[in-house]
Order: sequence, then C-alpha cells, then structure tokens
Amino acid sequence: MERAKTKEDLTWQEIEVGGVVTRPGNAAEYETGTWRSAHPVVDFDRCVKCGVCYIFCPDAAIYENAAGYFVADLYYCKGCGICPHECPTGAIHMEEETE
Amino acid sequence: MEAKNVYAYKLVSRQEYFTSGHRACQGCAEALAVRLVGKALGRDTIVACATGCMEIVSSPLPFTNWKVPWIHVAFENAAAVASGVESALKVLMRKGRIPTRDIHVLAMAGDGGTSDIGLQALSGALERGHNFVYVCYDNEAYMNTGIQRSSATPFGAATTTSPAGKVVPGQVTWKKNMPAIAAAHNIPYVATACPSYPLDLMQKVRKAVRIKGPAYVHILSVCPTGWRLRPELAIKAGRLAVETGVFPLYEVEHGRYRMTVDAEPLRPVGDYLKIQGRFRHLTATLTAEIQERVNADYARLQRKIRRGEGA
Amino acid sequence: MGKRIGIEVSLAAAEAVKMADVDCIAAYPITPQTHIVEHLAELVNDGVLDAEFIPVESEHSALSVCAGSSAAGARVFTCTSSQGLALMNEIVHIVSAMRLPIVMILANRSLSAPLSIWNDHTDVMSIRDCGWVQVFVNNGQEAFDHVMFAFRVAESPQVSLPVMIHMDGFILTHVIEPITYWEEEQVRSYLPDRVPLFALHPDRPVSMGAFGMPSIFAETKAAQDEALIHSKAEILAAWAAMEQTVGRSYAPVEGYRHEDAETLFITQGSFGETVSLAVDRLRAQGAAVGLVMDRLWRPFPFEEFRRAVGAARRLIVIDRAVSFGGQGGPLAIELRSVLYASEARPRMANFICGLAGRDVAVDDFEAMYRRAQAKFQQQDPDAEDFEYYGVRGK
Repeated sequence: MERAKTKEDLTWQEIEVGGVVTRPGNAAEYETGTWRSAHPVVDFDRCVKCGVCYIFCPDAAIYENAAGYFVADLYYCKGCGICPHECPTGAIHMEEETE
Repeated sequence: MEAKNVYAYKLVSRQEYFTSGHRACQGCAEALAVRLVGKALGRDTIVACATGCMEIVSSPLPFTNWKVPWIHVAFENAAAVASGVESALKVLMRKGRIPTRDIHVLAMAGDGGTSDIGLQALSGALERGHNFVYVCYDNEAYMNTGIQRSSATPFGAATTTSPAGKVVPGQVTWKKNMPAIAAAHNIPYVATACPSYPLDLMQKVRKAVRIKGPAYVHILSVCPTGWRLRPELAIKAGRLAVETGVFPLYEVEHGRYRMTVDAEPLRPVGDYLKIQGRFRHLTATLTAEIQERVNADYARLQRKIRRGEGA
Repeated sequence: MGKRIGIEVSLAAAEAVKMADVDCIAAYPITPQTHIVEHLAELVNDGVLDAEFIPVESEHSALSVCAGSSAAGARVFTCTSSQGLALMNEIVHIVSAMRLPIVMILANRSLSAPLSIWNDHTDVMSIRDCGWVQVFVNNGQEAFDHVMFAFRVAESPQVSLPVMIHMDGFILTHVIEPITYWEEEQVRSYLPDRVPLFALHPDRPVSMGAFGMPSIFAETKAAQDEALIHSKAEILAAWAAMEQTVGRSYAPVEGYRHEDAETLFITQGSFGETVSLAVDRLRAQGAAVGLVMDRLWRPFPFEEFRRAVGAARRLIVIDRAVSFGGQGGPLAIELRSVLYASEARPRMANFICGLAGRDVAVDDFEAMYRRAQAKFQQQDPDAEDFEYYGVRGK
C-alpha cells in the first residue's frame, strides 16, 4: 500500500476538499509499537486460545495466528499490560524491551 | 459476575472498524469501548463524534482510524449532527435518491460533551425522537484537555480543576446521573455498560440500534492516565466499579428497569477507590460518605427494578 | 412566466425554498425570520413540501443539524438573525472550512445589547470573515431569485461552500411585494439535483472534520480561501444562467446613474432603492451623483467595484453597522482598503445610520449628500472621518 503523504508533505492544493480523509483507516500506518517499554510474551503450553486477551486489547493489537494462538502484533502493541493481567490461565507475561 | 463463558469472545467478529494505530494512551479503556461498539454496529454505521479524546486520537489530518463514515463538527453538538445525518438519510431514502437500507446512526461524545456542554443538544435530539444511538464514553473528566472536572466526575475525585487541596478535598459534587436524565425523556432504550464486560456492552449496543427511536448508552471508560492507575488495571478497575455497585450495569427498556449483570453481594467501595491515585487523598470519613451514597443510589435503582417487574 | 402575486417576502422566500426541493430544514425561530420558518413548517405539514423539518432546540443545533444533513448529501436550508447567528457562530466558521453546502437566509437584525429585533447590519458584519459566500438582496423578487442562486452556487462541485443571503429584517421580511414565482421547468433547468463531492455513507466511508496540527493547518486555510475566491466564477455563471432562465440580471456590483458621477453613494441591502430616489432628486438639481450597490459581499468583487467607482472622486459610504473603536463603519473600512492602492484614491464620507431599523428616508440621504459635500470642501483630511447620522446629541 502506498504510504500516505504525511501532513508535512502536503501542499494546499493536495489537501482534499474540506479536509476530508478519503482512505478509511489509513492511520493504521502509524507504528504505536514504538511507544512501549515492555511487550507480552505468550506461553503456548498455557494458552487455551480463549480470546480474552484479544477482546480486551484497546489497540486491537492481538490476533489469532495460524495455529490458533493469540499473539500480540508488535507493530502496534503499546505494552499496556492488560493482556497478562486478564489472561485466565496466566499464559502471558511482560518482558522489558531491550533496546 | 458476568456469565464467564470466556470462549464466547472468540466468536466476536474479527473485523475492526476502529483500527490499530490510534494515539490513545496505553491501556485506554475508552478506546477499547469504541472498538467494541464498532464491532457491535458493523459497517453500516455513520458516526457523529464530538471533540474529545477519541476524536483527537483517531483523526489527525490527513489520517483516520475510522473505517466507517465519520464526522466531527464541534464539542457540544454530536447529538445535533447525528440528528442531521439521520434526517438526511430518512428523506433521501424516501425521495429515492439513495437506496433504502438500514444504516445505523451513532452519536458519540465524552462525559463533558454529554452531561455538560452537550446536554442541550442531546435533550433536543432525544425529544425529537430521531432513530439513533447516543453513546457517552464516560471517563469522568475532561481528559483530553488535561484532566479537568466535569459534572460526571465522582465525589472526592481529584482533577486539575477540583484538586485535592488543603481545604477542599477534590470534587465536592456528586456525579450527575445521565442515564436517569436520558430515561426521563421517555426514550425506548437506556443502558449502562462497561468494556470490562464486553459481551454485555455489545449486546446492549446491538439492542439500542435495533430499537426504533432514540437510545442512550452510558459507558464507563476507565482512564489510567486521568484516574492515576497502572494501565494494566484498566479492565480490573471497570470490573470493580461494577462489583462495588458504583457503576451498576442495567438497562431501561420502554421505562422498565432491569439489572443485566448481577454483582451482588457488593464489595466495599474502598476496593475500587484504593487502586486509583485520584482518590488517594480520601479520608475514612469521605470514603464512608461515598459508601453511604453508593448504597442509597443502588437501593434506589433496585426499587426502580422491582417496580418494573410485572409491568 | 410563473405566477405573479403580492405576498410577504418571507413567505415568498419559503416558497422558493420549497420549489428548490429542499431535503432538510433545521431552524430555530427568531424575530424577524419567523415567518420564513413558519411557512416552511406549514408547507411540510400540508404535504406540499417533502422535506424533514427538524425543530431544533437552539440555533447552534440548527446549524449543527444542517452540517450533519449536508454531510450526508442532503439539500439543506436554515435561516436566522442576529442573536441566533451569534449563538451558532462557532458552527458558521466550521461549516465553511468543512466545505459543506448549506443555504442560509440571514434576516438582518441588530446584535444585542440592548436587545433590538429591528434591522441593521451588525449581524452581517459580525461574521464577515466566516468563509461563506455572502450576497445582499434588496427586494422581495431578489430574495426569491437568490434562493435558487444560493442552492446552485453552494452545491456546485467547484464551490461546495455554504451561502448566506442577507435580507433586511422587517424592511424586507415583513413587507408585501409583487413577486414573480419561477415555473417548475425553470427551477429544474437552473438547479440540478445535488451530487455531493463526498457524502457520509457506508459504501464509501470518509472521515470529515479531522483535526489539524500546526504543520497542516495553514495549508487547509489557504485552500479554503482559494475556494472562496474562485467561487466567483460559478457565482457569475449562476447569474448569467439566471438571466437566461428568468430574464433578470444581477451582478456583483450594480450601479445606478453612476457612470458619469463625480460623487457616488455606496450601499448594501435595501437602502439602495431609497438612495436611488435621492439620486434622482439630486440629479434633477444638477448634482453629478450616482449610486453603486454592493451585492456580492464575499468573495469581495474587487475588480467590479473599482470599475464601478471609475473616475468618481467622492464616495459617500452608508453603513448600517458600527465597528466600535474602528475607523468608521465596517463597509467604509473595507472599501478604504479596497481603494487604498488606487492611484486616484477617492475621498470618502462615511455615515452610520438606520441602526435598529430606524427609518432613513430620501430626505435623509439628500441631507447626507449635502453634509458630505460640505466635509469634502474642507481640505482637512480629518474631515473625512465617519459620522453617525440622525443620532440625537451627535
């Protein structure tokens, strides 16, 4: 997908009439993952694939992988810590970012 | 306790109408609530949004996190803008200019944009009977501008304009009962909800939108930043609000009250207050005052529910 | 030719809105606009006009409802005056920036305090910079015609801006005048169905009203200004098409006996017709005087105005509003700036009169003419300052 021009690039002529944004959801390009200081790690032996973490993620950053386990999309994950807190089997723990 | 069928969460649609990449704080339960409302309403929805946290975090020109049609005009007029959208759809379909189809109209605003500056527009829209859903995302202060008090800020809470000072201990007025005000307009559906109970929330939103006429859903939206609690406790805090009776989950359908989540026996309010920095300054006396009031309000709600039975 | 009847101008304006097949009407009653809204309600409730009449609970909500309706693709109308305009002020600026076509009749009325329900241009001047297309109408026929004009210009894809029609409250709204209605075919040929640039609809989701960081805000304002400036082309085209359709012609600036005038009266709104009578009288006495009426207020018609002023050396600018603490009435202030760069900068006498609808008759304009000439005789440039006319004690 072609990267949208940032606000710093657009000339007045390029702004859509009335400031309308015509590409629904184009803010999904923004990498909120750079915000975090810790990220969730899933113990797949404990995960029962219930989807609690998926439903409680405010950033919709948890998705079901091919094996049916729910994992965090690190592009978006802000490291809020809700998913380990809510996980009914304690399958998730937070790990500090090393960088 | 919400019927703990955790596996039902897997059955919820995976479609997101409020995409990732929004700029809400870590652990923002309001963003979660918006996400869940989106899932409940689906793609055939038009959103009229007031100025506030959700508007700011999701619409930095030239970007948007919204995958459904969305409009923001000003702070106090979400209900009026939604009325306009609803009326336009009605007449355009009637005149055959657009195909007749079920399109949900949603007005969304925070507590400030609802119970303070937005109250007039909301009242007008409810009285006129537009077929729309109004959702108030209540994080109990003007969070977007830096945590100033609103009429939805609970008694005793510290905000920047009701600070816990040496003389006055935070907010000195009691939270305005917006669901009661909405219900007083005799609209067909009013409900309280909390994203800590996602299925209850989504069912209520779906019900609201299916009922013809105005519907009002008041969603407690835990704000870790403004309430001064760790982001990971956002869901737990919402659960405690329900479990202590501070924020009971109920609905009012054609004037009949019904509790949708049975939280009894209620936990002491202290369990809820003690995890939040905004209540850190509360004395035992103030906490007792809060407990008394919560008991009284809960009892009043119970009476309304009992009166409704057999109606 | 459509039927020609004597009818109150407000009712005629409402009839024009009905003929334009408006979709949504959201208005809050305020004197002296009430008859317009009442008649529209009647037309809707009699089943004669198929539209949603939304009885809003305030003017702020009136324009907010219009914003929502217009954004959803409907043809939208509202009207207000003075305090109502002031109350919706925030939204007035917003809808032009959001490029939402909305037609509003402003029944011009004083701004409080003290409360006054009568006519002047203080409400007009309070939103001078709001970004709407703004036109003045001087009589009932013009009011009817300009409803069609307004919808056409507002909804034209090259414009997509809200349009405000300024109509003097009571003086126009509440008088009975002979109005020639348009025929249905004339309306159909002149005013196409609205095809919005963008509309809120799930089939093509858009976000409207995103917020602007400093790094982008200035560009949006530049774009908005360009849009208003360039709307002039469509405005002129709409007037040309009107002449083709109903045979009446309008222009951004209209002159009366102005071409060989040494002194020109400049007016906006219904004063023009009264001044034209004064011009005739003065001409009969040998005065080389004429009249230039400003019809298009925004985007301001610089070229047309300078051309109309031509070689006239003396201007008598009639203001129906005050710019407190400023250099005269708002119209005079604007025109001075328009003419500042002209080599042959005419002298200007500015009279503020007619506030709160106080009657200004032909005799009064004659008196202003003589007073202006007396001031022009004095070489003192300060003699060109502004004056209140007809104010006791002044």
